[in-house]
Amino acid sequence: MTMKQSEKNILPVMMPPRARPADKFRLKAWHGVVLAFIAVVASIPAFAAADPTRASMFEVLARWVPLLLKGFVFNVIISMSAMAFGTMAGAALGLGQISLNPWVRKSAWFTTQFFRNAPWLVLLFFAMFLLPFEIKIGGMTIPLPDWLKAMFGLSLPVMANVSEIVRGGIASLPSGQWEAAESLAFSRTQVLWRIILPQCVKRMLPPWMNLYSILTMATVLASIVGVSEVMTLTGQALAAEGGRSDLLIPFYSFVLLLFFIYCYPIARWTVRLEKKFAVIN
Amino acid sequence: MEAFYEWARVLYENTGINLPFIYDSYDRDRMINGFFMTVKLSVTCLFFSVVIGIIGAWLQSSPLKWTRRIVGGYIQIFRNTPPLVQLYFFYFAIGTLLPKVTNEYGGQEPILGGFAWAVISLSFFAGAYNVEIFRSGIEAVPDSTIEAAEALGFSRLHIYKDITLPLAIRVVLPALNNNLVNLVKTTTLAYAIAVPEMLYEANQIWSDNVNVTEMMIFMLLVYFVLVGVLVWGMNRWERALKIPGFGA
Repeated sequence: MTMKQSEKNILPVMMPPRARPADKFRLKAWHGVVLAFIAVVASIPAFAAADPTRASMFEVLARWVPLLLKGFVFNVIISMSAMAFGTMAGAALGLGQISLNPWVRKSAWFTTQFFRNAPWLVLLFFAMFLLPFEIKIGGMTIPLPDWLKAMFGLSLPVMANVSEIVRGGIASLPSGQWEAAESLAFSRTQVLWRIILPQCVKRMLPPWMNLYSILTMATVLASIVGVSEVMTLTGQALAAEGGRSDLLIPFYSFVLLLFFIYCYPIARWTVRLEKKFAVIN
Repeated sequence: MEAFYEWARVLYENTGINLPFIYDSYDRDRMINGFFMTVKLSVTCLFFSVVIGIIGAWLQSSPLKWTRRIVGGYIQIFRNTPPLVQLYFFYFAIGTLLPKVTNEYGGQEPILGGFAWAVISLSFFAGAYNVEIFRSGIEAVPDSTIEAAEALGFSRLHIYKDITLPLAIRVVLPALNNNLVNLVKTTTLAYAIAVPEMLYEANQIWSDNVNVTEMMIFMLLVYFVLVGVLVWGMNRWERALKIPGFGA
């Protein structure tokens, strides 16, 4: 493969990344537990002299764990629904970007760039403050709770990123696929749905999963706008315990740990899929 | 300029579209300060994250197993936890452990303020991505080039600084730029710890003037233009530094 690579390049200067030195060690999800434990233990001496009548930080944390877990489940629900919504809208937008109609193509491109360039937090604010708290259609009133607005706000950047993933996936296929399908007299819709997209899905999966993990980590942004997810609940739990400063490290470590346990396997799986679907030139 | 300020005032009086950051000098200063704070935060984080990336990539090629493992652990932890929680962790949890200093008014204040913690937290976050990016670039430099440099009597540091890195930077530039653009977008998180960057100042203005819609649309446009200009500049830079014949 390296021979082929160097023949293809005019200047034989660069080579594909070399394989990592063989090291069996891989970070596992439980290493996060160990690290969190170290962080907690390290903070004990600083507060060892504290009042013995107060509950220890582990008892306090254990008391709040069920609530925090509930909050985290809410984060996961927001991330999943935002992903579903964003994927649907983004797929449509991505297909719009390869449309034959120049107006559709340009407006889809602009929408994608616009929402891709805006920071997630700004888009979240945008959705939170500019959507009404209820919509009246005819005589029916549909309430729009905070979390629904947050979900919508988070799905906007997801939409733009999915759009780019779809466009990139389609562009990554050799043009011979299109030409061969056209010579077999398939219509454009048939080519797209029966030949191009089925091949693209495989290639789009790793970046899509990557995006999901980024989105999951972005759901904590909803705490800034007051949705009662895990970060908000953590802040409230800390306030309910009277703002004890020795509790800060265990509580925040716990939230970090929750996300690490959820996102790290996704990241590992993504890397595995990337290797599996890698296009070898 | 005055005419432009006046135009915004007339616009407000006639249409109700309230843009106080144009006609009101106080709000205008706030907005400008916020913009420069965002730029300052981005540039500082950019610098430190690249430094972290370079050092981390160098450590990752270390012959010591545990050095590699610790750097690997750092990367995975910072990449797989939310940057906002990292920021809170640094600012609230670690910030309170540090000693306090007395300021010029005689009051107690934390030794590191919001800006410093935002820089630390965001640099480590972006740095975790940069390490992997730089590593892939360094590994793209063939052994023969390094051997040739050794034969010419370069020291290990000189090889890294003058031969590996300049070649590697050209290979990693697209990925690096992508990450740096993301970093600029991530600086909005500093809002959460009251660093007066652009979004925070916009929030102050809309709290005072109750013009959320206008400010929100303005914010979207500003970031769109800011990031758009950045992406455009980076793309030009990439083209200028491209190694002929390498890549597509």
